Amino acid sequence: MPVSRTATPRPEMSRRPLRAALLAAWLGGLAATQASGAAADTGTEAALAGGDAARGAELFGQCSGCHQVGVGAVNRVGPHLNGVFDRRAGSVPGFAYSDAMDRMGADGLIWGYRTLDAYLENPRALVSRTRMSYRGMADPGDRADVLAFLRTYSARPSDIPESPPTASDAGHDLDPAILAIQGDPDYGEYLSGECITCHSAQGADTGIPSITRWPEEDFVIALHAYKERLRPHPAMQMIAARLSDEEIAALAAYFGSLTPD
Amino acid sequence: MPLTRRKILASGAAVAAAMAAPMLRAQGRPRVVVIGGGAGGATAARYIAKDSDGAIDVTLIEPTRSYYTCFFSNLYLGGFREIDSLAHSYGRLASDHGINVVHDWATGIDRDARTVALAGGGAVPYDRLIVAPGIDFVDGAVPGWSLAAQNAMPHAYKGGSQTELLKARVAAMPEGGTFVMVAPPNPYRCPPGPYERVSMIAHYLREHNPTAKILIADPKEKFSKMALFQEGWNDNYPGMVDRIGPDFGGADVEVRPETMEVVIDGEVVKADACNVIPAMKAGHIVHAAALTEGNWAPVVPATMQSRMDENIHILGDAAAQGDMPKSGFAANSQAKVAAMAVRGALTGSRVFPAKFSNTCWSLIDTDNGVKVGASYTATDEKIASVDSFISQTGETADLRAATYRESLGWYDAIAADMFG
Repeated sequence: MPVSRTATPRPEMSRRPLRAALLAAWLGGLAATQASGAAADTGTEAALAGGDAARGAELFGQCSGCHQVGVGAVNRVGPHLNGVFDRRAGSVPGFAYSDAMDRMGADGLIWGYRTLDAYLENPRALVSRTRMSYRGMADPGDRADVLAFLRTYSARPSDIPESPPTASDAGHDLDPAILAIQGDPDYGEYLSGECITCHSAQGADTGIPSITRWPEEDFVIALHAYKERLRPHPAMQMIAARLSDEEIAALAAYFGSLTPD
Repeated sequence: MPLTRRKILASGAAVAAAMAAPMLRAQGRPRVVVIGGGAGGATAARYIAKDSDGAIDVTLIEPTRSYYTCFFSNLYLGGFREIDSLAHSYGRLASDHGINVVHDWATGIDRDARTVALAGGGAVPYDRLIVAPGIDFVDGAVPGWSLAAQNAMPHAYKGGSQTELLKARVAAMPEGGTFVMVAPPNPYRCPPGPYERVSMIAHYLREHNPTAKILIADPKEKFSKMALFQEGWNDNYPGMVDRIGPDFGGADVEVRPETMEVVIDGEVVKADACNVIPAMKAGHIVHAAALTEGNWAPVVPATMQSRMDENIHILGDAAAQGDMPKSGFAANSQAKVAAMAVRGALTGSRVFPAKFSNTCWSLIDTDNGVKVGASYTATDEKIASVDSFISQTGETADLRAATYRESLGWYDAIAADMFG
């Protein structure tokens, strides 16, 4: 399908206020981290370690329509969540995952505090085409509680909060100012040449995901997630590692400016 | 179909643009000539034409009307692709981008007059010339082999008929026969290519001729993705593949095409099919135009300009640029940098810092793909590697299958990026 730039507001615009609020919440715990420099004590990690499992059990009511956990749990609309910690994404036998989740699992996405926290907060920021129709849990404390609850069904030594590797993650460190950068679409168009050798310029999704017409915020978050090695794909980690914040914004501006004719 | 961002951007000013274009032509648009319609040349021609919106007159000189990619030709040998799926025409470069596609051989470059001579007669003038001729073979590199012997012992290192010939030779091997590959010394096109080819021929033989053997005579101590291929051969084709490295005479090879013999370190081996991949050099025309140092044509990394002539850019396999491998992916990457530099020089368009990248996928067996890749930057001396990754031994079947699917997506994407 041909794609082109348009000067009119995009359909995504209507989702902007909600998305912005979610992002603000997602990033909320980060400013303090940034200010305190490279100290390992991040808001996310601290919140996770202090999660209240009992409160998490109540919050899990938002999830239980689709997910079961505990004795006798089986796959329903979503996969069961017993033993989810340290499990490879997309790996519960007998559950039909989205292609996107299959791909993330094949790429090496392992569920742990950091990855589950990011997924709960904004599922599509981590797994772009996930089938999980959940808008995300904005409050870091709520997420920590839910994860503390889920952790009780993943009873292995590595799930103890103080024990590596699950408790040693540095947390997100995306500065809200990064998200506010206005990208230069002309620069993005040049930089996009590096992308479309693999990612179809026409938006085809055969073996390599489509990256056209994403909301700009999702694009920026996804590339920074690769840059931070939160998302697992080695080629994308390498590409993102040398993109500056301005270059990521430029790419987001360019790809976001493409819409169907 | 191509991105049409620029077309839509221009829609508000469509009338003005339509009126301006003939004026530009009347005044004589700057002329870019591209020699060679592969991953480097086709991409460069397309990007210059597409991004200059008709402000630059682009001529592409390419002898073949159907271009068969060398990349993925090994998958044809293994039975994973049809040969037709590797063929591409230049129709959309002409119809969608207004490129003047000339199917002829470029026989010489007059650097003073800035013209390219054609085998069919006449000369094409240029303001900037892009040369992307790919590789030729070093004469006498493998004693006993010459282009006259390429029917008996195909190189199959340029896409198309040679690839088909090699497949026919393998298919005609007697039961339990021997396939011999004479592997090339560095540097050469597609570093993992010979070893992916061994994997694909092993796959074919396991299905059709399981007692057949594969022997590789190799002048190199090590090769690309060596651990991955060796693991793959052991796991999937046990006992079928033997490699003789330089320690055991793999660099001391003579061939006798008339008797189908290969002499390795004095030992005569009877081959039922033989693939000779000789040492390589830049395509003939850059030598004829005195643009080379040794076997390759040195370039300025930031622009891919020849170090001998600033009006000429050299792309892909023919270029001596530094750390990038000679691959279709690399040529495509370099082409975009060169296209930007050429537009900047001829029309004053914005020029951004050069960035290069490369990924090479290889197929070992069904749904068993591996990859290696790197990113690069332009220094004064060379294109320098800044980061890299490679598949690991012992990866899960899921990951290998996903890697293979990636390669299929990449093929479609780069083909569209080259040919529209």
